[in-house]
Amino acid sequence: MSLSHAFFAIIRRDLLLALRKRSEIANPLLFFVLVITLFPLGIGARPQLLQAIAPGIIWVSALLAAMLSLDSLFRSDFDDGSLEQIVLSPHPTSVLVLAKVTAHWLVTGLPLLLMAPLLAVFLGMPQTSIGILLLTLLLGTPVLSLIGAIGVALTVGLRRGGMILSLLVLPLYVPVLIFAGNAVEMAGNGLPVTAQINILIALLLLALVLAPWPTAAALKMSIS
Amino acid sequence: MFLIPDPIGKFFHRMASPPHFYALTEKLMPWLTVFFLLLLLPGLYGGLVLAPPDYQQGDSYRIIYIHVPSAWMSLFIYVVMATAGAIGLIWRIKLAEIVAISSAPIGASFTFIALVTGSLWGKPMWGTWWVWDARLTSELILLFLYLGVIGLYGAIDDKRTASKAVAILALVGVVNIPIIHYSVEWWNTLHQGPTVTKMDKPSIHISMLVPLLLMAGAFKLYYVIAMLQRARLELLQRERNAQWVKAMLGKRA
Repeated sequence: MSLSHAFFAIIRRDLLLALRKRSEIANPLLFFVLVITLFPLGIGARPQLLQAIAPGIIWVSALLAAMLSLDSLFRSDFDDGSLEQIVLSPHPTSVLVLAKVTAHWLVTGLPLLLMAPLLAVFLGMPQTSIGILLLTLLLGTPVLSLIGAIGVALTVGLRRGGMILSLLVLPLYVPVLIFAGNAVEMAGNGLPVTAQINILIALLLLALVLAPWPTAAALKMSIS
Repeated sequence: MFLIPDPIGKFFHRMASPPHFYALTEKLMPWLTVFFLLLLLPGLYGGLVLAPPDYQQGDSYRIIYIHVPSAWMSLFIYVVMATAGAIGLIWRIKLAEIVAISSAPIGASFTFIALVTGSLWGKPMWGTWWVWDARLTSELILLFLYLGVIGLYGAIDDKRTASKAVAILALVGVVNIPIIHYSVEWWNTLHQGPTVTKMDKPSIHISMLVPLLLMAGAFKLYYVIAMLQRARLELLQRERNAQWVKAMLGKRA
């Protein structure tokens, strides 16, 4: 089996598994919607305040939803032993890891993207910034999945890895949060955001190239 | 090991042997302590007594003699930790792993000290305990990175595996620290108006600089002392079934 074959086979398998267990798609999405609904309830129905902090709310919620969904990335494969097969296969583990992350993003990251415009309307974000919000989510959530994969790979062998995972992963999410949140805010004020978008693209490319290596190394460590 | 000159290679091989490391550090410890005190006492005296008060900040600027060296150490130790972790990962040197994990709590403490002294200094200068200043914020994130390393090490039972995990995490962190630092700096300049966020950086007077450098040297030595002590303990714990530990303990008993 060639490398590209293996790559797409893993994506197809993971998508199929996700479609059979739809709750894994729905849970992070529901979490995302719920958290954002809680903010107006917590701080009062003040449209102007909500509008001002909407980019931050949406991005922090996306961050938390992405983090919560991470556990499903390697968990079932670790439990049933297919992770060992992936590591043992003749293909480079880092590339196969990239396939797993891609499938995971399609299942958990992409739905956030589709739900975001609705939530933006909830929070009264200006029409002009919704496009930028989608663009930042499109560029930013894959980075969250890629960085998160390192954290999950390090903790997948632990029985209670959940709390430690947030400690490992959230500090590394800071740059994405800063640039994405700021881009949406600036777009709302009608300012140009090319710099932020360029940096997000750079972060995405960096993560695409660099993140699979430590993930693969951590997986090998976790299953040994 | 064709890239590395022979004497250095030999040094590493010798240092990688636990009994040799244990004996050598035992001999070094008094010397390190003496040098540490030789730097610390003049540094403190020069900083707290000899150096003139600042014309704007009065005496409260003197906190920099603790704050600035701690902040330097916080970054320095993270880099040392990542380097030692990488050496441990690549050459499977047990001692490098031990040095990496022994550094983490010390680095976290220095980061914490830098944060606390920063906010203590901020109270009279800025009027509040905490300002979302770029440097303070990146120090805070650095503290979280350290806590992540310590937490991960504690969460994995097998200490060899835990050391590997910590090394991978430290390497990921060391790549991310500059990115985080610059993004926080960029975020800060955009969100905050030009408040008094930085001490002006024109040439600091020599009478203030010398004690600062002495203190920086003292902190470095303190780190080496504290790290070696931790490393020796960790080594004894891990090697408690080894022949040399039993022989040594037998001799002392």
